[in-house]
Amino acid sequence: MASVVSGSLCIPARLWQNGPSASCLFNLSDGLADQNTYFAQRSQAPITTGTSVLGITFEGGVAIAADILGSYGSLARFRNCPRIMHVNDNIILGAGGDYADYQYLKDVIEQKILEEECLDDGFSIKPKALHCWLTRVMYNRRSKFDPFWNNFIVGGLQDDEPFLGTVDKLGTAYVDRHIATGYGAYMALPLMREEVERNPIMTKDAAQKLLVKCLEVLYYRDSRSFPKVKLIFDCLMSLQSLLSTCSFSFSPYCQLFYLFLISATI
Amino acid sequence: MGGPHSRYGLNEEKKSPLPLLGIEFCSSVLTGGNQWPCLILFRNQYDSDVTVWSPQGRLHQVEYAMEAVKLGSATVGLKNKTHAVLIALKRASSELSAHQKKIIPIDTHIGITIAGLTADARILSRYMRTECLNHKYAHDALLPVSRLITMLGNKMQACTQRYDRRPYGVGLLVAGYDDQGPHVYQTCPSANYFDCKAMAVGSRSQSARTYLEKHLEEFVDCDTDELIKHGLRALRDTLPNEVELNTKNVSIGIVGRNTPFKAFDEEGTAQYLRMIEGEEKRGGPPDTTGQDPTPPQPPPADDGPQDPIPAVAMETE
Repeated sequence: MASVVSGSLCIPARLWQNGPSASCLFNLSDGLADQNTYFAQRSQAPITTGTSVLGITFEGGVAIAADILGSYGSLARFRNCPRIMHVNDNIILGAGGDYADYQYLKDVIEQKILEEECLDDGFSIKPKALHCWLTRVMYNRRSKFDPFWNNFIVGGLQDDEPFLGTVDKLGTAYVDRHIATGYGAYMALPLMREEVERNPIMTKDAAQKLLVKCLEVLYYRDSRSFPKVKLIFDCLMSLQSLLSTCSFSFSPYCQLFYLFLISATI
Repeated sequence: MGGPHSRYGLNEEKKSPLPLLGIEFCSSVLTGGNQWPCLILFRNQYDSDVTVWSPQGRLHQVEYAMEAVKLGSATVGLKNKTHAVLIALKRASSELSAHQKKIIPIDTHIGITIAGLTADARILSRYMRTECLNHKYAHDALLPVSRLITMLGNKMQACTQRYDRRPYGVGLLVAGYDDQGPHVYQTCPSANYFDCKAMAVGSRSQSARTYLEKHLEEFVDCDTDELIKHGLRALRDTLPNEVELNTKNVSIGIVGRNTPFKAFDEEGTAQYLRMIEGEEKRGGPPDTTGQDPTPPQPPPADDGPQDPIPAVAMETE
């Protein structure tokens, strides 16, 4: 990123004030209009991207799902780019949009968690707090006209209650029981709402089934999607019970589905 | 600078023959004439700066700062399973002035009482408020009490290790409530802080601590009204015989589960004062150690370079 400070890198310090500088003897403008120092380059567009992220709350937990494709424009360039992370024992985070920005923020968040663990004072950040913090970060960057080009979904257990929130590159944030970003907002969200209307108190199994159905529909319709997905639960069940209930057979179109089930808290 | 240091530290034979009660000769007379010298008040030669060690391994300036806490009026903090309570004795600087405020709310879940330099306490409380607010802005959550105290301790520590600073001359009792329950913390000018079941600081606070130690086991399970009464009794024990607690000179603050920090008005204070009205002043015979037990000691008359014996940095005496 070029500097906006005039008289910096490309032009040596002026020999006198209020006149042309030594290297610009024939530039008789006011001295501020040194073209190269006047503008700053910002990230204008995402490069390697991930598509929709889906999040859902159910009885006693939350789940977030996304495929693991890193698209380079319309090219399915990187086929193993997991973009759901485990933040700590009770937070999971999914990201769509620019993969580099996600990796950068992932490092920041991991460092944040590490520092918190080093304090060893028995406190750990809660999903609502991380969601708020991410909102501050995203809004701060968009205010510098240099946004992190992401859609995030934060999920987890806030004092044993499921929490699901989202924030986009503008810092727009909201909390809901089910959230989908990108094309998911058009195609998966209606399916989720329909299902939740029919079945308001959803079990973990029903939630898993619903998410897989949504991913399947997205795979049929969204040309930036991929049949390999990552699905993470955060709920009060043990890792064992999750693994034993996980099924690996899906529709004939989606034979490559893998489910990585990672549980969290007790 | 060279005077006292070189005289004692390096040139033992030049030691003044007449160091009497903390008043030592200035160096000019030792090298010069025989007229009576100008006098300079030195406790000893190792307290010129916070950063100067004494050979006994002590920082005298820091220990002097600890003394400032004892000059402030007494304040008591205690907690049960769900709540933490602060009780403070307010002083009026003159007949004409109002009583000095002793309780400072920090956030909805934290409040402090102060003993020592009020102006220093305002700086510290502003810092604490800022930290709580920043945490609330960034995380939409209340700052855990232990984290705030750690940050405060780090801020205060810097003043004990830099020659261009002085320690804060104030002791705080911090009452707070977070996910780990109620807390009472004590902080000192020496930048030590302690997580307490109950504590009292300020002038004549030893009597209050004696009361608190005696009734420590009762606090955990008693209700909040009883807790406040215990605090008032402890505070009452610090009073000289002719003074009584009243709504003007007592402040009460409480924080706890589903209870945002609140300092009671006179009406609320009066309600609790009535509850302990008429009770005998001290459980047993009146405490004879009314005076603060360890005021700063003058250095001994001779024995060359030797430190005074103020209180240990960690004690609240």
